[in-house]
Formats: sequence, C-alpha cells, structure tokens
Amino acid sequence: MATYEWFPRPRNYDIERNRERLDGEEPSSHPLKAITVVDVKKTDKKGATQSKTEKKPVSSSVIKDPLSSMLDPLSASLEGSDPLSQMSLSSSSLPTTGRKSSFKESAETDGLDETFEPWSVKKSSILTKYSTSEKLSITTSFLSSSDKEKVAMRPQTTTTVTDKVRNRLEQLDDFEEGSVQEMLNLSQQDYVNRIDELNQALIDAWQHDQRVKALKIAIQCSKLLADTSVLPFYPSKFVLITDILDTFGRLVYDRLKEKAVYIPAGSGVPLKLPDNFTPDQVPESAKETCRNWFFKIASIRELIPRFYVETAILKCYSYLNNQEYTDAINRLCVMTRGIGDPLVAIYAKCYLCRVGILIAPKTRDHILPCYEDFLSTYSQVQKDAVQNTLAMQKIEMPRYLTFFSPALDWLLQCIANKSTEKTLMDILEKSRKQCNNALLLNSIISAFKPEYIASRSTQFIELIRESEEAGFPKHLLDRTLGLCLVMASPPEEQRLPVLNEVWKSIIKLKNPSDYIDCAEVWTEYVVKHFGKREINTILADIIKHMTPDRVYEDYYPQLQSVVTKIMCHITNFSMLFSLDKFLPFIDMFQKESVRVDVCKTIMESFNKTQLEPTNDPVIVNALMFICKTMHDSVNALTLDDERKMISNLISGFVRKISFGRDFEQQLSFYVEARANFTNLDMVLIELVQNVNNLSIDTRKVVKGNHSRKTGNFVRACAAYCFITVPSLQSHTSQLQLYLLSGQVALLNQCFSQADSFFKAAISLIPDVPKDLTQDGKKRQSEPVLQEYICNFLSTLLTVPDNPDSGVLYLLRGLLNILQNYTSDSDFKSNIYVRVLAVLSAVCQESYPYHVDKVDSNDSMYGSDPKFTADVRGICSTLLEEVLNHLKSLHTAETLRRQSQLALELFNTIVHHGDVTKPSMFALALNLWNLAQKHGECDIKQTVRSLDAVKKKAAVLNIKEYTDLVNKMALESRT
Amino acid sequence: MATLDVRLKKVNKIYKEGDVVAGVIVVTSNGDLQHQGITLTVDGAVTLQLSAKSVGLFEAFYNSLKPIHLINYSLEISKPGKLPSGKTEIPFEVPLKPKPNKTLYETYHGVFINVQYSIKVDMKRSLLSKDLQKTIEFIVENKTTNKDEKNKSKAIPFTISPETLTNIKEKGNVPKFKIKGKLTSSVLNITEPLTGELMVESCDAQIKSIEIQLVRVETCGCAEGYAKDATEIQNIQIADGDVSRGLLIPIYMIFPRLFTCPTLSTNNFKIDFEINVVVVFRDDHLVTENFPIKLVRY
Repeated sequence: MATYEWFPRPRNYDIERNRERLDGEEPSSHPLKAITVVDVKKTDKKGATQSKTEKKPVSSSVIKDPLSSMLDPLSASLEGSDPLSQMSLSSSSLPTTGRKSSFKESAETDGLDETFEPWSVKKSSILTKYSTSEKLSITTSFLSSSDKEKVAMRPQTTTTVTDKVRNRLEQLDDFEEGSVQEMLNLSQQDYVNRIDELNQALIDAWQHDQRVKALKIAIQCSKLLADTSVLPFYPSKFVLITDILDTFGRLVYDRLKEKAVYIPAGSGVPLKLPDNFTPDQVPESAKETCRNWFFKIASIRELIPRFYVETAILKCYSYLNNQEYTDAINRLCVMTRGIGDPLVAIYAKCYLCRVGILIAPKTRDHILPCYEDFLSTYSQVQKDAVQNTLAMQKIEMPRYLTFFSPALDWLLQCIANKSTEKTLMDILEKSRKQCNNALLLNSIISAFKPEYIASRSTQFIELIRESEEAGFPKHLLDRTLGLCLVMASPPEEQRLPVLNEVWKSIIKLKNPSDYIDCAEVWTEYVVKHFGKREINTILADIIKHMTPDRVYEDYYPQLQSVVTKIMCHITNFSMLFSLDKFLPFIDMFQKESVRVDVCKTIMESFNKTQLEPTNDPVIVNALMFICKTMHDSVNALTLDDERKMISNLISGFVRKISFGRDFEQQLSFYVEARANFTNLDMVLIELVQNVNNLSIDTRKVVKGNHSRKTGNFVRACAAYCFITVPSLQSHTSQLQLYLLSGQVALLNQCFSQADSFFKAAISLIPDVPKDLTQDGKKRQSEPVLQEYICNFLSTLLTVPDNPDSGVLYLLRGLLNILQNYTSDSDFKSNIYVRVLAVLSAVCQESYPYHVDKVDSNDSMYGSDPKFTADVRGICSTLLEEVLNHLKSLHTAETLRRQSQLALELFNTIVHHGDVTKPSMFALALNLWNLAQKHGECDIKQTVRSLDAVKKKAAVLNIKEYTDLVNKMALESRT
Repeated sequence: MATLDVRLKKVNKIYKEGDVVAGVIVVTSNGDLQHQGITLTVDGAVTLQLSAKSVGLFEAFYNSLKPIHLINYSLEISKPGKLPSGKTEIPFEVPLKPKPNKTLYETYHGVFINVQYSIKVDMKRSLLSKDLQKTIEFIVENKTTNKDEKNKSKAIPFTISPETLTNIKEKGNVPKFKIKGKLTSSVLNITEPLTGELMVESCDAQIKSIEIQLVRVETCGCAEGYAKDATEIQNIQIADGDVSRGLLIPIYMIFPRLFTCPTLSTNNFKIDFEINVVVVFRDDHLVTENFPIKLVRY
C-alpha cells in the first residue's frame, strides 16, 4: 500500500471569513420572551432593579468563563426580563413562612379566614405533646380475636399462660354485650394500636352491613372519653377517639346520602342528591332512616356517649330540616353542663365546636355560651373529685391545667376567628370577672388576632402580672405573648416597656427549659424591634443562663432556633459579628453536628441576604471560621448531598468577598481559603476560577501591557492555580482547569506557565479512568475526552513553540500520549482526523485566530519550509494511522463505524486538504466510495457533505472540486 | 325457590283509624308457581299478661287473659292458580276499620300489655311444597281531637332535699343537699321530647350521676281484681360526675317509639307513664323523685 502524503490547502482566512460572514441584524425580539406589549420605560426600570437582584440566584456550579467578554445579543434584547431568571426571582422573593403557614384546608369553609388553624394541624401537635408512660386500659368487646392473636404473637408482648387462656376465652366469646372486657396494662403504643383496631372494626362492621355493631363500637369508643384515669394522655385520647367518631359520622352521612336518591318532579329517573340539597328533596324513606338513627342515639343511657355520638352524626340533621342544626347544637351545648369532670366537659365542648364549625361555620351562637359555661364551672377544678384524681395520679395543678389548653385554644379560636376587637374585650372582661386565670389568658392570647393583642400589649403584661400565681405556669404565658408580638408589632412606644417587663420575669426563671422556651421566642421580638445593644444583652443573658453545668447541651434545638431567628431578621452581618456575644453564643454548640447545622444556617442567610460583595475584616474572619467549621465536619462518611451543600455555601462565601482593586489582598484571601478548604473539590474549583478571574481583571486594568509588578502578580496567580489544580479529585475538572488556566496564562503572556499547564494537562490524559461517574450515573470517559482534546487542539494552535524544545513540542507530546492510549473504539482515529485539520491550519501563513499580544507560530516560523515539511511529516504519519484503522474496520459489525470515519476523513480532506494534488484527490474519492460502499452511512450526512463540496466548487473556482463533484456518485437507496 | 314478601306503601308504616293500608305482595320465583290460593289477614289485638309478682306464679301462668281483638278480617287475594316465573306484584288495599264497639288503640309494646297490628299473607300450596307465609307489623297512631289537654298542661316545679324524702329509715345518714328544678309540662306530646331543667344548689356528698327514668305503669283488670306493675322503659343520664353547683342542667328525653303510647285507660287495662328523677351519690345511695305524666298525641 502506498503511503499517502498530506497536502494542506493554502487558505486565506480573512477572505474566507469575509465571504462567509452574514450581516448581523439587531435582534428585536427574544424567542423566550412572552408576547406582551410592555411600556418601554417600565421595562427599563424593571431591568435595572432586576440586574441588582439577579446576582442572588447564581448557583456556585456556574463556571465563569474569564475569556468571554462578548455580550450575548439575545440577553441584550431581553432587557433583563429573561423568563428563567424572573422565575427564580419570584421564587426567591416568596414571603418567609410564619407561624401559621399551612391553612389551605380551611379556605373551603366559608365564614372563616385563613388564620383559622384547622383541626388536622392541631391534631398532630396534640398527639406528640400529650403522651404518657403510664399503663392504660381499654374496655371494649370489639377487638376481633384475630387481632388479639396478632398481638399475642408479637415478640415484645410477653405471653403468659393466663394470657393464652384469656385469649382463647375471648375467641369463644362473640360480640355479645356480655363479653365486654377490660384490657389492662396497655402501653401508650398498644393503646393507640387498639384504637386503630377499633376504627378498623368499625369500618369493617359498616361494610358488612352490621350497622348496629358499628354504632356499638362508636358508643364504646366514646365511653372511653369518660375515663380520666390517665390524665396526661387524655388530650391524645380525645384526638384518637374523635377520629373514630368522625369516621362514624361520615359513614352514616354517606350511607344516607346514598339511600336518598330522589325522583325530581317531571322525570322518572332517580337522581342522586346534589351536594347542597334542601330537606324537601330528601325522600321520606331516607328521612325515616335518619330519624331512626337519632331515636336510637337518643336512647343511649349514658350522657357522654350520647353526647359524642349525636355530635358525630350532627351533619345528618341536614336531611331533616334546615333549622335543626342550630337547635341541636344549642341543645348539645347545654347538655355538656351535665358533665361533672371539667376536663371531660371542656373536651366535649371542644368536639361540639369542632363539628359545628365544619358543618355550619356560620352558626356561632353556641360557642360563647360554651365558653361562659366553662368559666362558671371552672371552680370545679378545685373540688374534691378533681383534687383526688390529681393526688392519685401524682399530677400537680400547673401540669393539670395545661391539659386544658388544646380544647380551650380551639374553643377560643372558634370565637376569635373573624371577630372584632370588641369580642376580645368582652371575653377578657368576662374571664377577669369570673376567674382571673393564667390558663384562660394564655388561650386568649393565642386565639385572637395578634394585631389585637399587640395593640394592647402593656395591658396584657399587666394582666399576666395580676393573674393568679397558682396553677398555670406563667412562663408559658410570657411565651405565648411573645409569639403574638413577634407576629404583630406592638405600638412603638410600648415596645421597650413590654420587653423590660417581660425580660424581668424571664430572667427570674430558674428552670433552664422554661427559660430557654421563653427566651427563644422573645429573642425574635428583640431582633425585630431593637438594635445591637439589646441583642447583645439578650445573647449575654442566654449564655449566662445556659452555661452553668453545660445545660445548653440539652437545649440545642431551642438555641438553634434562636440563631435561625436572628438570621431571619438581621441582614447587616458586620453588625452581627461585631456583637461581642454572638461568637461566644455560637461556641455553646459543642456537639459537632449541631454546630455544623448552625454554621449552615448562618451561611445560608449570609448568601441570601448579603447582596454586595464585602471586605469587612470582621465578616471575613468570622465567616472564615464558620466555613472552616463546616469544612472540617466533612469526612469520608459524609453524604454527597451534604458535601455538595456545604461546598455551595462555602463557594457562596468565597464569591461574596471582594477587596475591590486590592488584588493582592484578594489573592491572599484566596490563599487562606485554599488552606482552609482543602477537602472540597467544588470550593477549590471555585477558587481557581476566581483566581483566573483575578488574573484577567488585572490584565484588563493594565490593558494587556503588564508592568513588572502586574506581571509578577499574574504569574503568582498562575502559580496558585498550578499548585491548586493537582489537589482536585476529579480528573475531568483538573483537565478543564488546566486548559482554562493555561489559556489565562497565555493571555497574560506567561508563556512558560502556560506551557506547564498544557504539559500537565497532556500528561494527565492517560490517567483519566475509562468510566466516569457523574451525578451518580456511569459514563464513558472517551466522548468527554474527545471533546476536551478537540478544544485543547484549537488552543494549541495559538501557543507559540518554546524555542528550547522542538517544533510543535506540545502537539507531539499529545500525540505521543495518544499513541500509547489503548482504545477499542474510533477514539484515536477521530482525534487524529481533528489533528490533521489543526495541522493544516498550522501550515498556513497566517492563522485564523490569535491571542492578543501573543505571537503564534505563524509569525515565529513565517511558514519556514523546514517547519512545514516537519508538519507535513506528522500529517502523513497520522493519515497512515487513520487509514490503517479504517482498513481494520472491515468486519460486518464495524462497517457502520468505517463509513462514518471515512466520511469524516473525506470532509476533512475536502475542507483542509489540497485536492488539486492528484493523490489527495484520489484519496478523497476513494474515501467517498468507501463511505458509501456498504450502504451503512447516514444518507442525510452524505447529502450534506456533497452539498458542501458543491458549494466549495462554486466559490473557490478550483477545477478539481468540480471534478470531484462530478465523480461523487451518491448511492441512492430505495 | 319462591319467596313471599309484603311491602307497604308508606315507608314509616304508620296509619290511623279509617286509613287505607295499601301495599303490594311480592312473589318471586324461579319457575312457574302453582298455589292453592293467597289470603291476606289484617289482625289487631291487645294481649294482656299478668305479672307473676302481683298475682302469683301459677295464676300468671294459667290465667293469662284472653286477648282483645280490635280488628280482624281476611280477604282472598287470589284463587288457586299459577303465578308466572319471576317477580309478581299484587297490590292490595285494606281499610282500617275496627270491629264493632271497639276502637283501634295505638300500637304499644309493653311488658304485660301489647297492642299490635299485623298483616299476614298466606299462600297455600300443594302437599308437596311448604306453604308460604309472611307477617309484617304496621303501626297505628291516633291524633287526639281533644285539644283541652294541652291547655291544662303546666310546669311542674320540684325541690328535692332531705326533708322532702319519705321512705327512709335513718335520717342521719342522708347528706345535706338541695336540688331544684322543673319539668316544662305535665301533659306531654308524645312526639316531642320531655324537657325541663334542674340545678344542684348545694350538696355535701359527691354526686355520681343524675338520671331521668321513664317508667310505664301497666294495669290489667281481671276476674280476681287488678294487677298493677311499674317497669322501666328507659333511663337517660343527664349528669355524669360531680356536677357544678348552681348550674342549670337541661332535662331532655325523647320518648321511644313503640314503647310509649298516649296514656290509655279502658275497662280492661290501663297504661300510664311516670318520670323519675334519680340522683345517685358517690356511695351509690340514690334519691328518686317521681312525677306522673300524661302523654297525648296531637
């Protein structure tokens, strides 16, 4: 086989460029822009404000290209109204979520505003708050035997012989009335399981048409509510059991609705009742069934089950008549007076209000009497009956009173919702007259609109002071008031007196848990309304209270929330860090994980709120310390996401620090940062990028003419990059950064540095593993590498040879490396084809592009024949390599690859080679035929290639191109 | 397999004297159904029984009184013949007319006295297959035309204290208490609830429960004389636990259907109702106050 020789076609890039240049047009519209007619002036303004805020959402993963200084014409026409950045803008400007944020549910019930906290929200908080380790008992006959079997089989329940016997006996018993039994010694979890089972049993019974059984279950459940033997669990029990009752009520209602198909006048087709039916639409049979339910329930002997079950199916009154709701609710309301135990009574009232507000939100007449009843029966708490139970269960009065809170809160919330200030005053007046009690005051404060409370905060402070000392713990009051005042600001002149008054009492709290609960809430108040001095005092006080005996260790969540609250409201970081108590406060977080969390909170807030770059040494030092803490927490076991998050935060910090024109200081900051954050790839990448930016900035300042000093500085920058890059773990990042830093160095005329970067990159190539994992996915490295090398080659064109080394020293080095690179794909050949293209450019008299103020090889060698000969030598070797590879691709499976590679080479020859040389001409033609030979090539691609050759022929006016076109047969396939 | 069913047109099955009881007899069968005739019987009777307590066990057993038939007639729905396969509906209408010299009392289910009305459908069939029978009960309610009773009604106030008690052995054991209240009316419409209120003004002992008890007093006349028995119908708790003093607690009870009827007095038997207010103390001692009431239906 004859060796082919490569002849590059001499080209004049300037002419070509001019010929192919399209005249630019001013863009008038952006393809992504929404089609709207906008007032020009307005958009301008918007754009101006946008540009300020746009800096915010920049994520650290964006790699800034220091070489690009061209303005994107599209973004220019967009005038800042890029839909994407707008989207991120609107999402970042979402209001910070307050205390009551999840009330969507209540929107559907009219008559209530969105501050109404629905039961479902309350439920879970009650369940977590009111729990017990006492043993509970349940009395029922409806736990199916199979369930009991299951219970018995559970490994943790100790089954004794008696248990087994009892189990069997239970299985024998049916659900007769007589089989009611008490299950004793249940743990809370067991109890909850039992109640769940009851719930399931109820639904099962209902589905099997055993309605009487379902009713019995409902009755038995509500009976459990009369039992106050384990007081601390009562609120939770209430939640669990009313859930069952709700289910029951829903089942009854749905069943009736299903039954109540009616036949509208004038048609014979039965219709389902519409959702907002009137009682006249309900057929008699359904009414009868409904009445039967109420009759049945009215005959329940005991008061509490009768009350609860009727309340549960209260909604069914809508089948009977319109008026009944109000009557029934009022009747049920007075019925609760018969309940002696104040706790049971208030919860019964609470359930009534809960159901009432759901089915008839506009009916509110009963709520106030409920409350008044409660006030008048409040004295019951002091009675023997209650005192005895308390003594028996060893519960103190203050604790007992907190059990009332959920129900009372709900009651007052129902009253307070959409109420006027007058209602508040009425309620206050009544409560004060009857019993000036902290429990009531607490619920009132939390129920009414914070605005109302805030506007008379001094009055409340007084009330708190006056309220009975005995009973309800006062610090809870302080806390609730604090929550209110955080949501709504009190009048200006009351702010300081309120704080003084409250803080006085908070300081006195001895129990650290009480103390921190209050302090946590009031910190936000202080941060919101007061300045540096007050915040510092508060922090100092918290430190003072929390330090003895290292109690802070038990209250990390609260302390953390203090930090979060400070962070929410303070945007001035230099002020924050200049507080002499802030860092000591952070020091209290001794446990590493908590400490890191706190650091994260601070950094997040910093990244979000600090818009302007800063160089305040206080901030820099403090944040450096905080970031270092975060960085040091990263170890081999850290999750990827965690690592990423920390990296992002630190990168954000690095970006925000700017010393303006003081580049040296900036560099030394980066040096320090590198020393501190060695473990995080992302941060190091960020640092290298920043240093490269710095280097480019320097160049801009001196307009490309470096003085001695700036020259030294940019070399220092290059040195920084050169020693930072190798410490990265990711090979691809290393490669990219080497190339980038090399380009920057070249731009700054640091030739030897640039050389070193490129050398380093080349010698790194063999080390790149074949498989990369990117974002958790496996990828082959060759396509990535191929792209990279192509990019690299185009840079190499501008790099002048080092006089000490040989001709095209770097390129040869790259080829040598590739030579030894083993690959079973067309990787090498593809690159060789690209190298051929580059080498063709190298042979030209003048290169297509240059680096500003850098002489490339064209001016260095001036197309010296010896140089060109050398280059052509390399070309020929490469061509041979490629052709050999082409030859080896003759097996059936590889034909497709062969034709692709052949076409690629053909294109390269046509564009870069000299087809006037007969050998090249023949080679091109052969390749063309080879590509088509097996019918494996992409027909679109070949057509495009043909068109390109035709165009060349037309433009260049070279005979051979025309010949080539004529000889190129396009294999048409049917 | 053939089934027989009777359905009344009125879903609540409530009729008054003179009404027409209308309905359908529904016969479903898989194949043709041969039968020897279908008859429908309307029956209404007062059954009386003597309680063992008042007349002795043997008398109670043997001397059960003869039931008083108030209405009884039968009509032939269909002559012997054949019913087609599938569902056959045969409508019927029966006027509700009492036997001569009798009135239709309201339906009442008691212990010793029962007033019950039923419709029975019989289908006679050949020897080889069983006769089919279906009985359903319907309810008779009469609205009184006499409006005077209503005007006579007045509230019954009451006070219960140790002094008002009778029938106690040792006065010293009784705790001090004073319970005041009232029943809204002594004459009550049976369809409306019993209402009233009650207040524990003072009480030394802890109260466990306050209940309202509805009691029927059934009197049967027979050769040997009268037997009068009071039994509980239902008991409704209105207060649970040691209730707050000085708080008005509502009294509210719905009269159960079937088990109550307007107060009735005839030659042979009497049905009366009473209300008991029962206060149970923590030591399970109880105090009862009795109120006779008159039930009417407007």
